[in-house]
Amino acid sequence: MNVLVCVKRVPITGGKIVLTGDERAIETRHLGFTISPHEECGVEEAVRIAEQHGGSTTVLTLGPAEAEEQLRETLAIGIERAVHLVTDGADWDPEATAAALVAAIEAEQAAGNDPDLIVFGNESADNGNFQVGIRVAHALGRPCVTGLKGITVHDGRVRCEQEAGGGRDVYDVPLPAVVTVLEGLNLPRYPSVPAKLRARRKSVESSEPARSEPRLELVRLTVPPGRGRQAELLGEGAGAAPAVVELFKKLGVA
Amino acid sequence: MVLAFVEHADGAPDELSLQALTLARAYAGGGPVAAVMIGPGAADAAPALGGNGVTTVHVAELVGGYAPQAWGRAVAELAGRLEPAAVVAAGSDRGNEVLAHAAVMTGAALAANCVAATPGELAEVTRVRWGGSLLEQARLHGALKLLTVAPHALAIEPAGAGEPAVEAFTPELRAEDLVVQVSERVDTSTGGLSLAESPIVVSGGRGVGSSEGFGMLEELAGLLGGVVGCSRAVTSAGWRPHTDQVGQTGTKISPELYIPCGISGATQHMAGCKGAKKILAINADPDAPILASADYAVVGDLGEIVPAITAELRRVREAS
Repeated sequence: MNVLVCVKRVPITGGKIVLTGDERAIETRHLGFTISPHEECGVEEAVRIAEQHGGSTTVLTLGPAEAEEQLRETLAIGIERAVHLVTDGADWDPEATAAALVAAIEAEQAAGNDPDLIVFGNESADNGNFQVGIRVAHALGRPCVTGLKGITVHDGRVRCEQEAGGGRDVYDVPLPAVVTVLEGLNLPRYPSVPAKLRARRKSVESSEPARSEPRLELVRLTVPPGRGRQAELLGEGAGAAPAVVELFKKLGVA
Repeated sequence: MVLAFVEHADGAPDELSLQALTLARAYAGGGPVAAVMIGPGAADAAPALGGNGVTTVHVAELVGGYAPQAWGRAVAELAGRLEPAAVVAAGSDRGNEVLAHAAVMTGAALAANCVAATPGELAEVTRVRWGGSLLEQARLHGALKLLTVAPHALAIEPAGAGEPAVEAFTPELRAEDLVVQVSERVDTSTGGLSLAESPIVVSGGRGVGSSEGFGMLEELAGLLGGVVGCSRAVTSAGWRPHTDQVGQTGTKISPELYIPCGISGATQHMAGCKGAKKILAINADPDAPILASADYAVVGDLGEIVPAITAELRRVREAS
């Protein structure tokens, strides 16, 4: 059972987003980075599947040189191999992203590392295009199930559970397959310190793909206007309770 | 002409799809808007679209459970036949998924979660990033444009009152289109009020301090007839299940009153509670970002404030 999980480096945005001068990216000088939350669960699930069924795990990312930091974090969780498609940090549209990932996966196949299961986050935290996993699945001729909160590998198939309207829809599809997952699929483990140290010494295979011309072409980013005012202060400490209950009455919820 | 993929349930069009029709009509600029509805019950829901400016509804009553690639094939086939300027759908789970399949099949680019779009050889779209914390202005290339519309960004605008023409069609599916199909439905509803639908939500963040600390939030929420939510920090710490998480990667809520306690207001969290009508923030830090998004605030130790509110609410109710 070979599992390949795709991740994306994104900034930890905190409370207020500030843009760069050219309005084409987030100002990240003072920010930390992570992978998209859905993908943290994808990484955990890949490691669990390999623990239960044996086989190999590979992480694949398309991103700037600094994304190696995120690859090493996944290696510390238990992923065995890391493949890095290095960019100059420019914005890649979903079609260009999918094309680069497909080429990398086909190279894996040619090298005898054909993944049985390819795992994506349902959407990236930053660009949120909701389509890269589906585009990759079509290019590889594989079925794709999205938005999963439950994955069980059994008998050459994968049972997929998706939350929908007070219940779960279940799909059961043959492997090889592509799945996209949501946070809540599992509770990701924290890496141990020895695992982090081992991950620092592992090699990361890298290449530099060419970017196709974007067809969803970024022009500029804007921060939407907020509520434009500071909250009305009802008081400080426990003494504010009567004012809060007055508010409940005014809103008709007391 | 613009083609809209309209979802439906229980014989009626879906609310988010009707919001998407608002953008579809604007994109059509007075030209005709056709709709495509798929799955069992589609024909029953189709006539209602006459009140939203749709002139023709193409209905494919595919049998069996939802099959994303088959539904995408139906939309792609119709787009090939009708040659619309754009195909528009709701930015819902299924809307985004079906249009992503249709995008691959038609060779089109897809812009997900748009809030505005201007037609042209290069369509100019405004779409949300970061769950709505950022807007992106982008150009959408290609002869056919595919767009989904961000949920709750646009109002439903009634238009016209005519009965639309309803035309049944049977898309030519390939075997691989039905490999992914819902084969089983598991009911997990608890019968209680869901986080997404509750009129009052009392949420706790890292500031609550422990899973035990949520007891006082449960008590207040219970008194108000609401439910308890939490921030991502809380689910990551294992204090509450992920199903309680309000946020970009959790549940999106739109209560009448939202009471975040000990939640700083990271963009990840605010993306999940944008729909709240009123926000009362309880926070120890008077400079926390949440106060810039809240309507009302109480500053101080939530461990003292929340029980005091609960006690005061009980006292006032008993006195009346």
